[in-house]
Formats: sequence, C-alpha cells, structure tokens
Amino acid sequence: MSAIIELEGVRKTYRTGSMEFEALRGVDIRIDEGEYVAVIGPSGSGKSTLMNLLGCLDLPSEGRYVLAGEDTSRLDEAALAAIRNRRIGFVFQQFHLLPSMTAWRNVELPLIYAGVPRAERKERAVSALTRVGLGDRIDHRPGELSGGQQQRVAVARALVTEPALLLADEPTGNLDSRSTRDVLGLFDELHTSGRTIVLITHEPEVAARAQRNLVFDDGRITVDRPTAAVAPAGAS
Amino acid sequence: MNWWETVRSGLAAIRSHRLRSSLTVLGIVIGISSVILTVGLGQGAQKEVEDQIDALGSNLLIVSPGSTTDSSGMRGGFGSASTLTVADASALADRTAVPDVVRVAPATTSSVSLVNGETNWTTSLVGTTTDWLDVRSRELSAGRFFTAAEAASGASVVVIGPDTASELFGRQSPVGQQLSVDGTRLTVVGVLSSSGASSSGTSEDDLGVVPVGTADALTGTTTSTVSTIYVEAASEDLLAAAHQEVQALLASRHGVTTADADFSIATQDSLVETANETNRTFTVLLGGVAAISLLVGGIGVMNIMLVSVTERIREIGLRKALGAAPTVIRRQFLVEASLLGLTGGLVGVLVGVIGAQVLPHLIDQAVAVSALATLAALATSLALGVGFGVYPASRAARLTPIDALRSE
Repeated sequence: MSAIIELEGVRKTYRTGSMEFEALRGVDIRIDEGEYVAVIGPSGSGKSTLMNLLGCLDLPSEGRYVLAGEDTSRLDEAALAAIRNRRIGFVFQQFHLLPSMTAWRNVELPLIYAGVPRAERKERAVSALTRVGLGDRIDHRPGELSGGQQQRVAVARALVTEPALLLADEPTGNLDSRSTRDVLGLFDELHTSGRTIVLITHEPEVAARAQRNLVFDDGRITVDRPTAAVAPAGAS
Repeated sequence: MNWWETVRSGLAAIRSHRLRSSLTVLGIVIGISSVILTVGLGQGAQKEVEDQIDALGSNLLIVSPGSTTDSSGMRGGFGSASTLTVADASALADRTAVPDVVRVAPATTSSVSLVNGETNWTTSLVGTTTDWLDVRSRELSAGRFFTAAEAASGASVVVIGPDTASELFGRQSPVGQQLSVDGTRLTVVGVLSSSGASSSGTSEDDLGVVPVGTADALTGTTTSTVSTIYVEAASEDLLAAAHQEVQALLASRHGVTTADADFSIATQDSLVETANETNRTFTVLLGGVAAISLLVGGIGVMNIMLVSVTERIREIGLRKALGAAPTVIRRQFLVEASLLGLTGGLVGVLVGVIGAQVLPHLIDQAVAVSALATLAALATSLALGVGFGVYPASRAARLTPIDALRSE
C-alpha cells in the first residue's frame, strides 16, 4: 500500500499579539491508500487544526506534509489551491453549498477550477450525483433538499474530481439520526470501493464506523488503534 | 476558469441581487447619460452658432470702423468711429489693388419705423449696393433685388426680410406694395428667403434693404460713412490673402499703419472661434458636474462590491477550498464590477441618446450626440467598474479560506 498522507514532526503555532498557542505539538501520521480513518478528540485538542493542514487550507509551522507524494509544506496560495482542487474532496459540517445554484451546478464547481470543458463537467457532475443516489435531484436547489440530501450533494462535489483523499469535517454534525445513517452508509460504500477517507468527529458511534481511530489530546496523538469493528479479537 | 466562465458567473451573481444591482447601475446610468447630454448640448449650441455664422455668407471678411477717442480721452469700442466710407468700399472693389476680392458691399444700418397703412413695424434698415445679396449669400423668395441703376439713383425701393414681411403684410404678397418711412414712400420690390440659420427670429430675417443713397436720404445722413463693409474673397483659400490686401489698402487710404489701424477686420473663423470659446466654457462646466455624478456612481459600485464581498465571504472561502486560486477570485469580483459598470454605461448611453431626441422639443436647444463622446462614455463606465472594483476584489482574493469558511 502506498502512503497518501505522511506527516513528519508537524507543529502548528498560532500567534495572537504576544500570545502564542501551540495547537499541534509534533504529530507524525502515515495514512495509506484505501484507509478509512476517524480523528477524534475533545474540542481544542487540535483536530480542527489537523483538518486544516491535511486539507492544505493552512501550512504547518514546522515539519513536513507529503500528500500523494507531493511535499506541500512550502507551497504558495495558488499552488495550494491547485492541490486542493486535484487531490482533496471536502465535506463540511455546514454543507457549504451555494444556495443560488442547482445541485449539479454545485457539484460542477471544482471541475470549473480544474479547467474541465463544459460538456464533460455536466456529465461528470450528473454521474457523481447519481452515485450518491441523487440522480433524480440534479436540478433542485439546496433549499429544496433535506439536510441529508444536501450533505450527499456535498459528497458528490467532493468526489467529482476523483481526489486522492476525501476529507470530512464533522459531516454528520448537522444531521438527524436517519440522515446520519444515510451519509455514513455512503462513506462505507466509498470505503469499500477503495476511497481514502479521513473523517473528523467527536461522536464515538461515527468514529466506530471507521477502520482506524486517531485520538487527539492537547495537540498530540494519544491513541492510534484499529476500531473494534474491524480489529481482530483481543486487540485494544 | 476561463474569461467566459467568469463573465457567466458574474452575470449570475448580479442577477441574484436584482434590486441592489439595478440601484448600483442607476448611479452609473445617471452619470453617463448626463455626460452625453451635456456634451451634446454644448456641441449642439456650437453647431447652431456655426450654422448662423455660415449663413452670413462664405469667404466673408467683415470690416468695421475702429474706435473713437473723444476730447477727454474716453475711447469707444470698435465700430464707434465713423472712419469707413462708401469711397473705401469702392476702392476695395478695384481688382488691381485687391486682386483676391470678388465682391464688396458697404452697409449702413439704422433703425426705422416702417408703416403699411395702419400697421407699423420698427426694424433695422440696411443701406447697401447690389452686391449685398451675393456677398451675404442671401436669396429671394419673391420679387427681385434692386438693380444697379436703382442703386445709383437712390430709387425709392426696398427689399424686406421674411419676418418683416409677415409682420407688415400678414399673408398678403408684399411685392409691389407701398411702405412709408417718415412720410417717404418706398415700393417693396422683393422679399428675402429666410437666412437658413437654424433658429428663427434673428435680425437676419427681420430687416429692410435699400440702396445706400436711399438710406442716407431717409436718415438725413450726408457724411456717406458706413457701419460695415462686407468683402467676399475669391475662395476660402484666398481669405487670408484678401484679408492682408484689404488691410493694406485701407491703411494706406486712411494714412495709418496696420498696427494702429482705425478699423478692424473679422473673418467668420474669428467669429466662430469667439462663439465656440463661450460654448466650450459651458460644456466644460456642465461636463464637470456630470463627471462628478459619474464618480459618485463609481463609488456606488465600490460600495456594493464591498458589501458583496462581505456577504459572500463563505462562498469565497468555499470556492477557495474547492481550488480557486486568489487570482481567480480577484478576477471574478473584477469582472462583476466591470459588468455593473458596463451595464450602467450601455443603459446610460441609451437614456442619453433618447434624451437627446426628446430634449430639443422641450427646451428649444439642439443636442448633438457625438459617436466619440458615446464611446468615451462607455469606456469610462467600464474603467469605473474596473477601477472601483480593484479594492473589493483584492480584499476577496486575500481572504484565507479557513477564516472565510468559519465566518457566520
């Protein structure tokens, strides 16, 4: 298995005036292709900072981050934008769909920035929506869809560029239990079909669906274990 | 993301806030249309003056007497002295002395009351020679001009302007009718056509023209001085040459140097220039006010774009997270601002052009819309959009995706 994510000695320090706050205090992670990893921990533990770094939305203060073989630690804004576009599919807690656009227009967005021609974009957007079970909702606007459906549109948008990594930040945080099951079911399917998924959550039952759990506390990984569901009997 | 995609997404963003966008555009519309109208008014007035001066006759030099200086040293303006005479006019008609002059018409002007039975009308009476008609490029609508023989003998004949004719004779034909001036009877032999100057009611259409001797007899003048000598050059190219010849001849006849001449010579060009100077001042003044309103419109665009950036901060964050580089975001907001400006410009041009058609009916003032001013207005509106869009656009481009996504 080749590594999708390699973090070596990553630290992140925020400065507010003279105050310094170290959100990550030396993190080493290796995530291989096809893994389904949940990052858990209390708020303030550094998991959101990790999410930003993994998503190339922010740069580490120290250390190296190699994403799909590409060292991202020293890239500028434009290069990071290109990496986000090609390598990462985001799913956010608040869905972040553009309300004035129909479902397929929302899904099409990353392809526009990737420079994909128009006709191909629509085709790929529709096929991504079909894949998340919304083939009959392509012309609906976000306001006309339920929360679970909106999050599935967001998942379709994350998948449409065929990224190396699917990065989900509390994807079920704004969903009722039925929609949560719905979306997690979708993640299971994607995992089965070989996608690499990193999911950040504070809900143990969500984390339990993943294959491997990283527990964060005070800017460090305190536990790195396979989950009970897939772990051999007797493992911790 | 190519330009066409950017324009499409800009249009979509503008359409999604219809009221706000229209109000922003309105500022530009008002600015652009008022620029077009004020420049059009200025150029219309200029054209009107040029038409009027053209109607004076082509290739024309107008010689006026110089100023007087009385015993106390008080100097009158040009025309106050009586230094030009009929003899001067005859001398100017000499082809050997002034080869580039084809026609000369001296003119005396006085104010008289013309009476037709119970009707009277005060107008200016011009005493001149037969060349007056050609020199002034006038035509007759009825009858004939007085003949050389009548001019020489000081016959009691008069040619009247069209406005004078309608005042004194109404719808009757004036030709052959009698008019009296202080008891002296004059026969109307002809009526002039309208001078063709675009605005009617000027003195060009309200006058009586009589032989110079007749005029002197009517007003009791014996000095044979004239108030103006109209000189027609052989062609427009020879106008400058004719100007010098006339100047030299009159100076030598009057025994003065050209530097302290007791007469002045005006060309149409100098008249046009003077009139245009006045118009230009007004155009600049009004155009300046219109430009300020355009500036205010531009600030409106900037204001709305800043609101738009703030309001769409999460959208910007999302677009960046999905792979939009800062330059792409900057371009998107710049294009949006330019589209607002350009839309305002197009509508403004439309309003200005329609206004230019309607306005002359309301204020009796010609409005000339020039293509150059229209293109310049469009370019300005686009430049306003770009110029006032730069700051909001770079603000949007500088937002970090995390902060933008997290903001509520």
